[in-house]
Amino acid sequence: MSEKVLMKGNEAIAEAAILAGCRHYFGYPITPQTEIAAYMAKKMPKIGGCFLQAESEIAAINMVYGVAGAGKRVMTSSSSPGISLKSEGLSYLAGSDLPAFVVNVQRGGPGLGGIQPSQSDYFQATKGGGHGDYKMIVLAPASVQEMASLTVKGFDLADKYRMTAMILADGTMGQMMEPVSLSAVDVKDYDKPWAVTGTKMQRKHNIVNSLSLVPEELEQLNFARFERYKEVEANEVMYEEYLMDDAELCVVAFGIAARVSKNAINEARKAGVKVGMIRPITLWPFPKAPLLAAADRVRQFISVELNMGQMVEDIELAIRCKKPVTLCNRVGGMIPDPQQVLEAILNADKGGNA
Amino acid sequence: MVVFEKPKSLCDVPLHYCPGCTHGIIHRLVAEAIDELGIEGRTVGVAPVGCAVMAYNYFNCDMVEAAHGRAPAVATGIKRADPENIVFSYQGDGDLASIGTAETVHAATRNENITVIFVNNAIYGMTGGQMAPTTLPGQVTQTSPYGRDVKHCGYPVKISEMLSQLDGPEYIERVAVNNVKNVRAAKKAIKKAFQNQIDGKGFSLIEVISSCPTNWGLSPEKALKWLEENMIPYYPLGVYKDRTAEKEAAAQ
Repeated sequence: MSEKVLMKGNEAIAEAAILAGCRHYFGYPITPQTEIAAYMAKKMPKIGGCFLQAESEIAAINMVYGVAGAGKRVMTSSSSPGISLKSEGLSYLAGSDLPAFVVNVQRGGPGLGGIQPSQSDYFQATKGGGHGDYKMIVLAPASVQEMASLTVKGFDLADKYRMTAMILADGTMGQMMEPVSLSAVDVKDYDKPWAVTGTKMQRKHNIVNSLSLVPEELEQLNFARFERYKEVEANEVMYEEYLMDDAELCVVAFGIAARVSKNAINEARKAGVKVGMIRPITLWPFPKAPLLAAADRVRQFISVELNMGQMVEDIELAIRCKKPVTLCNRVGGMIPDPQQVLEAILNADKGGNA
Repeated sequence: MVVFEKPKSLCDVPLHYCPGCTHGIIHRLVAEAIDELGIEGRTVGVAPVGCAVMAYNYFNCDMVEAAHGRAPAVATGIKRADPENIVFSYQGDGDLASIGTAETVHAATRNENITVIFVNNAIYGMTGGQMAPTTLPGQVTQTSPYGRDVKHCGYPVKISEMLSQLDGPEYIERVAVNNVKNVRAAKKAIKKAFQNQIDGKGFSLIEVISSCPTNWGLSPEKALKWLEENMIPYYPLGVYKDRTAEKEAAAQ
């Protein structure tokens, strides 16, 4: 199917997951991502897959752990408060080096917060959320098409590096409808000799486990895991540069904030302001190199976020504080409009950095 | 001629359990059941957090170590991934009846086709003897130093009685391993719990009343006596639910 169809972002994720070979979905209803579960509930039984509504987000992520341990492609999806509940399981998945695919369609927080779009789980997704030293591959789609393509990519990366890949979307991305082209996916089959599929009395028993009581051994496990993370950082960074060739100001934004920013940048260009954008597509690994390179060329960075300024810290680290980074934001389910971003750009152009 | 042998489904490694602990007996019963049913090559076990946390080193089949209380959810995933495999969880009272109550109840009510071995020794063993959800009224533990006061922290959870009220589960039985007769009955129940899964009948849970000499502060022999005099009266042994038997009785 290569012709374009009109789909909600959430549905695009579900359909793409099926195309990527996922036949197991576990979830618990929460707004604004429940369309994923509804889509899976309809589709999975018809294709020999398994949709199961779990008793909690905690149970859902542990069902994911079981299927991942058995070596099959599996996913769960939720929204912010539900991801907090899943964070225990995310840590165990990391500790057991299991591949999994998780979607967070973010809503405003903290606590029960609201149900409108937000990007305030940036820290939770990129820095951990669960306990212990671990990373997840964090993918930030900015269109319904990317909701689909990054889902396919996420399943592959999860298998390739034996880790969790997370789509970090927001309520807008989940709910908006756009034309999307969904073509058959060439699913790469990864060898999983560690999976618990039954010994068939032909090999030593496999153990999927995150417990290691000997500190010397646990240290080595952590070192080995981070060697793998280094490979991810070297090979899997994704970002988009927009009008950066002659840019003197650089907007950094992902997801819905990047779309709003693009409009503002176009307006600013009309007014003669040389502004461009670096849009991280992977939030981890973070596109440090292009940002650092840009730091030698631009006067200032403007981080546009739907939170109180979380990615700002990663930008400052990436550019080694060579240039000022200002924040342009809305929170609590509010989205900055292009005018607000334009004003931030014009203010920066005048030399203001607050 | 009967030759006494170690079950093949147990690894040839020393167990870490305390002297007099009945986990060793229960491991053996599970392994014997797996051997006798010839299912080792397609069995996947799920270990808990608690004294049996390292059960993954003891059972020869594929094993997964779950987060505390989550074994029934993990087992659900494994079973749904490979329905032809035989999946069991092995959990203690803190794991199954406290932090993992929701996972236990919902796996049971779904009639998930898995086997759950529930070891109830009325105490948290691994962390050094704290009050468990199944600690008896008045029982002294590290966190109920004046005896479990039911006015303050409520009553023990009776898992077999509770789960048997659900329509979902196939088989619930409570057994004990304090004497030869009871050990033999426990073996029979555990084997049936695996057979049920092979037959596709659904969720079977065997609650095994067990002793903890170390944290009860008793010798192994006195611990078994304490079990008999205190735990069995509070947790009566027997079959609490057997849907197949109920159906057969109704048909007659």
